[in-house]
Amino acid sequence: MFHYTVRRLLYAIPTLLLISLILFLLLDLAPGDPTAQLPLTIPPDVKERIRASLGLGEPIHIRYLLWLQQFFVNESLHLISELTGWDISGDRQRVISWQTRSPVVDIVIQRLPQTLWVVGLSYVVGIAIALPIGIISAYRQYSWFDQVGTFVSMVGFSVPTFFTGVLLIVIFSVHLGWLPSIYDTTHVVTDWNSFLFQIRQLLMPVFVLALFNAAQISRFMRASMLDNLNLDYVRTARSKGLAERAVILVHVLRNSMIPVVTVIALGVPSVFGGAIITEQIFKVNGLGQLLIIAIEASDIPMVQTLSFIFAILIVLFNLIADVIYGILDPRIRYD
Amino acid sequence: MRQFKGKAVQLPVSDPTLLEVTELETVFSTRDAQIFAVNSVSFDLKAGEVLGVVGESGSGKSVTMMSLLGLLPSPPARIRNGSVMFSGRELLNMKDAELRKIRGGRIGFIFQDPMTSLNPVFTVGFQLMEPLRRHLGMSRGAARKRAAELLDLVGIPDPAQRLREYPHQFSGGMRQRAMIAIALACEPKLLIADEPTTALDVTIQAQILELVRGLRQKLGMAIIWITHDLGVIAGIADRVMVMYGGQIVESAPVDELFGNPRHPYTKALLATVPSIRGDRADKLSSIEGITPTLTRRPAACAFKPRCRFAFDRCGIELPRRTGLGSGHDVACFLQDGQGATSNV
Ligand SMILES: Nc1ncnc2c1ncn2[C@@H]1O[C@H](COP(=O)(O)OP(=O)(O)OP(=O)(O)O)[C@@H](O)[C@H]1O
Ligand SMILES: [Mg+2]
Repeated sequence: MFHYTVRRLLYAIPTLLLISLILFLLLDLAPGDPTAQLPLTIPPDVKERIRASLGLGEPIHIRYLLWLQQFFVNESLHLISELTGWDISGDRQRVISWQTRSPVVDIVIQRLPQTLWVVGLSYVVGIAIALPIGIISAYRQYSWFDQVGTFVSMVGFSVPTFFTGVLLIVIFSVHLGWLPSIYDTTHVVTDWNSFLFQIRQLLMPVFVLALFNAAQISRFMRASMLDNLNLDYVRTARSKGLAERAVILVHVLRNSMIPVVTVIALGVPSVFGGAIITEQIFKVNGLGQLLIIAIEASDIPMVQTLSFIFAILIVLFNLIADVIYGILDPRIRYD
Repeated sequence: MRQFKGKAVQLPVSDPTLLEVTELETVFSTRDAQIFAVNSVSFDLKAGEVLGVVGESGSGKSVTMMSLLGLLPSPPARIRNGSVMFSGRELLNMKDAELRKIRGGRIGFIFQDPMTSLNPVFTVGFQLMEPLRRHLGMSRGAARKRAAELLDLVGIPDPAQRLREYPHQFSGGMRQRAMIAIALACEPKLLIADEPTTALDVTIQAQILELVRGLRQKLGMAIIWITHDLGVIAGIADRVMVMYGGQIVESAPVDELFGNPRHPYTKALLATVPSIRGDRADKLSSIEGITPTLTRRPAACAFKPRCRFAFDRCGIELPRRTGLGSGHDVACFLQDGQGATSNV
C-alpha cells in the first residue's frame, strides 16, 4: 500500500504539469484583456506600460515557465518562510492577481474559511443525512419511507441550486423575514447571540447544498446496500443468530460503504471548488465567487492558479479514494 | 452406519424426536407467478440421526431447510402452512429474539456455496467468533481461543494465523471447512448441511465427509445432509428422503432405499448414479424429461410426465405418502397396497 501510494504520487507530477500547461494554453486563448476595463481616459501609452508590467509582452512559453517558477518555487519558498519564520524566499516574485495586485495565494487563503464553513458544512450535513436515509430506504425497499426518500432525492438532485436557493430566499427572507438573504462574511462569533446569528445565516445556503449532496449520496448508499442485502453472506450472518441490527449495521453496511466512501472522497474537491452558484446567490465570498469575479475581470493568474489548485485537489482525492478503497476492502491489494 | 443405527434404536423411548416438520408449505410470490417451492413436506428426525436429502436441482431441498429457520427473504417467500417442532418448541411462530437463539446456537447451518457464504471484508476469526460471543457469551479472548480450536477441529492447519486472514485468502475447501467450523461453533443439536461438498473436488469432499462423520460421533448431533450425490448419502446417512417438485416422494432407511427403491423417480435416480462417486457431470439431471414447473399447487403426481409407469389416476389425484413398514414410505399409486387400488 505504501509503495503504491508513493508510486501514485510520482505519477501525479507529470499529470499535474500537463494539466497546468493545458490550463495555461486555454486561458491564453481567452479573448479577455485585463486592461480592457480601465477607464478610457488613461492614455494608450500608459495602458501599454501597464500591460508590460503585467508581463503580457513576453512570448507564451516564457510566461508559462515564469508562472511555473512562481507557483511551484516561489510560492513554496514563501510558504516555508511564513511557517518557519526564516527568510528564504527573499523578494522573489509571487503569483500576483492582476485585479488586486496582491498575491493570489494570500487571497485564496483569505477566502478559504468562508467556503469551508458553508460548502464544507453542507457536505458534512449532506453525508450525515444521506447515509441513514440510504440504509433505511434499502432495508425497507418500496416502503413509504423509501418512496418519499426516492421522491425527495429526485427533486433534490434535479432541481438546480439556483432555483432552490432563490426559492428559499423568497420564502424565508422576503416573505417571512426570518433569515438573512445575504451571508455576512465579516460576522464574528463572540457570544450566544452572534452564534445564533451565524447559525441563521448558515441555514439556507447549507440547506440548499446539503439537499443536493444528500440526494446524490443517499442514492449511492441505497443502491450499494441493495446490492449487498441479498448476498449469501448476509444469510450466513442471520443463520448465526445475530441480531438484525448487527446483520445490517455490521455485515451489510461495511460492505456497502466501500463504494460510497469512494464517492464521498471523490466529491471533496468540489467542496473546495466552492459551490459556485450557491455562493453567488447568498453572496458568500468564498472561492467559487472568487473564481467568477476573476473570470469576469480576465484576471488570468488568479483563474490559472485557482483552477490548478482544484486540479491538484482532484488528483489528490482520487488517490485518497483509492487508498481508502484498499483499506476497506481486504481483497484489494495494490502491491 | 450400522453401529450408529443400533445406537439410535437404544435411545430412550420417552421422546427421542428432535425435529418434527409437519405439512410445511412455502411459496414465493414473484411479480408474474407464485412458485410453490415446498408442498406439504413432513418429516422428523431423532436426536443423533443423520438424514440424507436427495433430489434434482430445484426440487426444494434448500428452500425447505431455510424455511425451518426463517432464513428465506420475505418477501418473496412466505410460509403458508405447517409446523416445525424443534425440541418440543414451535419454530414457525416463535418470536424473532427466541428464534435467533436457536439459529447458530442449537441449529447450525452450512450453506451451499462456500465461496460466497463468508463475508469478504471480515476476518475468518471475526466471523467464527461471532456465534461464540453471541450464544455462549464468551469474552473476546476466550472466543479467539475457542475459534482456533474449532479451526483445528475442522482440519485447518496453523489456526491462530488463519483466524487473522480474510476469506479470499482461503481456498474453496478451506472456506467450506471454516463454514463448518462456524456452524459447529456452539455445538448444535442439529446440523443442516446444504450440499456442503458440491463445490469441492473429490478428495476434499471425502475429507469433509470423514470430518463430519467424526464430529457427529464426537458431538452426538443430528444431521440433515442435502446432496445430489447418492454415493455420499450411502456413506453417511441413516435415513434418506427423496424430494421431487417440492414434495417428499419417498423416505426410507438408507439400506432399504438403496436395496428396495419403490418410487419410479428414486429408481431412476439410482440408475443414474455414476460408478461409486465418479464424475459429477453425470448427476441427477440425466433423468429424461424436464423438471416440473412449480407455478401451481400440485393436484396430481408431479413426476407423472416423466414416469414410465404412469396411468390415468396419476394425472388426476395427488398420491399420498403411504407406509410400507420398517420406516419406508412412498408417494406413488403403484405402491399403495396392490397395484392401483385406492389408499383411502
Ligand atoms: N428467492 C426465490 N424467489 C423465487 N423462487 C425461488 C427463490 N428461491 C428458490 N426459488 C425456487 O424454489 C424452488 C426450489 O429451490 P431450491 O433452492 O430449494 O432447490 P434445491 O433443491 O436446493 O436445488 P439445488 O440442488 O440446485 O440447490 C426452485 O424452483 C427455485 O426456483
Ligand atoms: Mg439447494
